[in-house]
Amino acid sequence: MNNEALKELLYKMADDLLILGHRNSEWTGMGPLLEEDIAFSSMAQDKIGQSLALYQLLHQLGEQEPDTVAFMRHARLFHNCLLTELPNAEYDFSLIRHFLFDTADALRWKSLTQSSYTPLAQLAGKVRGELRYHTLHANTWIKRLGSATDESISRLQQSLNELMPYALGIFEPSPFEEELIKRNIFEGERHLQAQWLLGIESVLNATELRLPDLKSLTPAYGGRVGKHSLHLQPLLDEMSEVFKLDPTAEW
Amino acid sequence: MTTPETILTLLDQVKDPEIPVLSLVDLGVITHVEVIEELVHVEMTPTFVGCPAMDIMKQEVIDVLQKNGWTSKVEINFRQPWSSDKISEKGKIALKKFGLAPPPGDAAIIADIDFLEHVPCPRCNSLNTELKNPFGPTLCRSIHYCRSCRETFEQFKPVG
Repeated sequence: MNNEALKELLYKMADDLLILGHRNSEWTGMGPLLEEDIAFSSMAQDKIGQSLALYQLLHQLGEQEPDTVAFMRHARLFHNCLLTELPNAEYDFSLIRHFLFDTADALRWKSLTQSSYTPLAQLAGKVRGELRYHTLHANTWIKRLGSATDESISRLQQSLNELMPYALGIFEPSPFEEELIKRNIFEGERHLQAQWLLGIESVLNATELRLPDLKSLTPAYGGRVGKHSLHLQPLLDEMSEVFKLDPTAEW
Repeated sequence: MTTPETILTLLDQVKDPEIPVLSLVDLGVITHVEVIEELVHVEMTPTFVGCPAMDIMKQEVIDVLQKNGWTSKVEINFRQPWSSDKISEKGKIALKKFGLAPPPGDAAIIADIDFLEHVPCPRCNSLNTELKNPFGPTLCRSIHYCRSCRETFEQFKPVG
């Protein structure tokens, strides 16, 4: 069986989680409240753990060891969407990204519980429950700050406007879309995007925030095929700095 | 003739490294035990995918079995994913004694934040408590405050 389609799906999911997990970890010690510091750090740990589980599935399909894959690749070999690699900026920016990404990610894993690829469906059954805490966290803060003060509303709105094209980049079509759908491995990005839109709308409707007009936006594609922003390689250099000192070390 | 029960009794000695009163059996992370021709096959599953204690637990399982004369093969998988419903009644009592609120009954039906509010305080049993943070010191714990005894406490999080 040709596994290129499956591998591409697993790589983009794993890379999204590793890179966003790393960005989340940059909030450790920097959060606006102690609780948020802990929340972003915990979500970082979850996401990096989930990425490891996906890299292990890839390893079973013949790819290299998870550590090698995570730490030794150049940016152009990463498949994460551009949304995940952008620097954290202010808290409102990170919060909007967390909301937009995790809504999509929770729906992706939910759909994958039905995947014909059993190891992925089993993992999805587990991850799905964990992600409830991530979406719960995002939705709680978006609802709270999205209806709080003029400043909180305008800051979130500005970040939402800025990040929306990047969020559409989550759903950059794969060259294997049709094959994945036909083999019942994954429902496909187009279907996921439609569900995601309903999900974020239902939360935003409970706030003063407005969804930008999607028709006027150009999705920020490229991440899925290794065309990244200038922000990814410095992130990878920092993340792999210790590992690269001695790649054969036993930890 | 060795039954899986004999092996499970041995594994009852292995405790969660972060909650030393709770055995891996009571935690519900041992999902399958089978003895085939003198080799013990054990399947385990993590409480959270990113649980950093998994490798330690796996090694402790191997060590305890070896000490008792058994060679084992331990596999970590998600065939029977963990949920907080897998913690045994004995385990829930041990958690409470340790000062951690046990997770509520049916994790699968939990839908929103309400399930984390008003968790019974493990010290004084008061329901006059509030959620401080759904994320705590480890992936599997949340942080709460009891207005009755004015103490902060943690809950072993419900996960479905």
